[in-house]
Amino acid sequence: MSSVDNSSATGIPAARPGSDVPFFLVMGGLSSCFVLLIVLLLLADVMFVSLDDFRVALATPQYWSAFRITLITCSVSAILSVWVGTPLGYVLSRYRFPGRWIVDTLVEIPIVLPPLVLGLSLLIMFHLRIGGWQLEEWLREEVGRPVTFQWPAVILAQFSVACAFAVRTMRVTFDQINPRVEDVARTLGCNRGQAFLQIALPQAWRGMIAAGTIAWARSLGEFGPILVFAGATQMKTEVLSTTVFLELSIGKLNGAVAVSLLMVVLAVVVLLVLRLVGARLTA
Amino acid sequence: MIELCDVSIVSGPFSLRQISLSVKAGEYAVLMGQTGQGKTTILEAICGLRKVTTGRILIRDIDVTGRSPGDRGIGYVPQDLALFPTMNVREHLEFALKLRHQKAAEINSLTSELSRMLGIEHLLSRSVQGLSGGESQRVALGRALSFQPSVLLLDEPFSALDEATRSEMHALLKTVTKSTGVTTLHVTHSSDEADALANRRFVLTQGVIEEPALQQQKDGAN
Repeated sequence: MSSVDNSSATGIPAARPGSDVPFFLVMGGLSSCFVLLIVLLLLADVMFVSLDDFRVALATPQYWSAFRITLITCSVSAILSVWVGTPLGYVLSRYRFPGRWIVDTLVEIPIVLPPLVLGLSLLIMFHLRIGGWQLEEWLREEVGRPVTFQWPAVILAQFSVACAFAVRTMRVTFDQINPRVEDVARTLGCNRGQAFLQIALPQAWRGMIAAGTIAWARSLGEFGPILVFAGATQMKTEVLSTTVFLELSIGKLNGAVAVSLLMVVLAVVVLLVLRLVGARLTA
Repeated sequence: MIELCDVSIVSGPFSLRQISLSVKAGEYAVLMGQTGQGKTTILEAICGLRKVTTGRILIRDIDVTGRSPGDRGIGYVPQDLALFPTMNVREHLEFALKLRHQKAAEINSLTSELSRMLGIEHLLSRSVQGLSGGESQRVALGRALSFQPSVLLLDEPFSALDEATRSEMHALLKTVTKSTGVTTLHVTHSSDEADALANRRFVLTQGVIEEPALQQQKDGAN
């Protein structure tokens, strides 16, 4: 029988100092490329604007209004996305039903669709006349709450994309939770609703925070559908992303960069708060 | 009592056809058989987690075939125990009682009694995350018995335990099932476990449940 060559009289293989160095060099090198890119982007922005640009930005009521509308609409969209994404993610994770693949595909469409197309589709949906009936007209005249080019349109445009990401996150979350635990709860007397609320949901907190964070971040970055469906009326439907575009389009580069940096600060603060909340809830 | 009358279960390519089995009230029965024969499938069908295509399942002479798992009054301990990760030990023992809207004083008294019987009084406020294998088994057993079911189903719960803890659990299970009078069906691979615990033994082979002759069972026990 052939034997294994350990290249040593003691049978212990020779020491290989530094054998892990190439691994760390390759992994570290590739990882740092992306981190460096982001740092350089932010540094370039910071170096481009002066303190005066910031002072001007902070003294402009239009920017403050956009800041306030952004904060409110992104938060509402994120909450709605988690509210809808959690049950949908649970259903897609736990149940096999006819047409499940169709639902699965439909839910992913906002992720792959060009944002501008989504905005256009929303505009068409609200203004399409079916047998003399039009959704926008009905909302304006019967409900008393028009949507197109109003603040609810901002939320709807953000929600349409953000919710798809929330569903995806919640689905993965529930995929990782052992369904057997809910089965046992059902043998103890739970119905499916109680098993979901009392057993699955408390385990999904971390995923819900992640889904909320992703939905909020996606809403902050949303631009195309908002511009098409909600417009960019100052003090009404203008959010920070549209402000950057409008400032850029009239050649006010310094103002655009100052607002961009404000968005960075806002995003970092909100993401840190959500992370802290998540850590506390799952502690 | 547990009674399966000509039960058929189809799950994808796997199927069991016309299975029949009867365990009398208060008996401790084990179901043995090689891996992949469908022992777990049978337990899941009894507690309502798997649909049966034909046949009837009776618990204490009541047909529960069409009932949801929570309406069958069966305590179930699965192989992986499936403890609730967000609850502590006390919450495990109280869970089924709270679902049944028992009074707080009654829940307290029943939980204390059960935890004393299972030797987990000192663990009541502990999270289940840091429990040892034996402690987790006791909590899973306590959770299954907490609402005083008439039937207890155990799916190889001791397969991952060391020899000493397993013997400890056997002794505990004997005491608990005797004092509660619960009808038990226990799936196991171990003949030693069957000898130590059961007063009836069923073997599932090629989709057929057989009960070896009484003499063989006694021989097995001796």
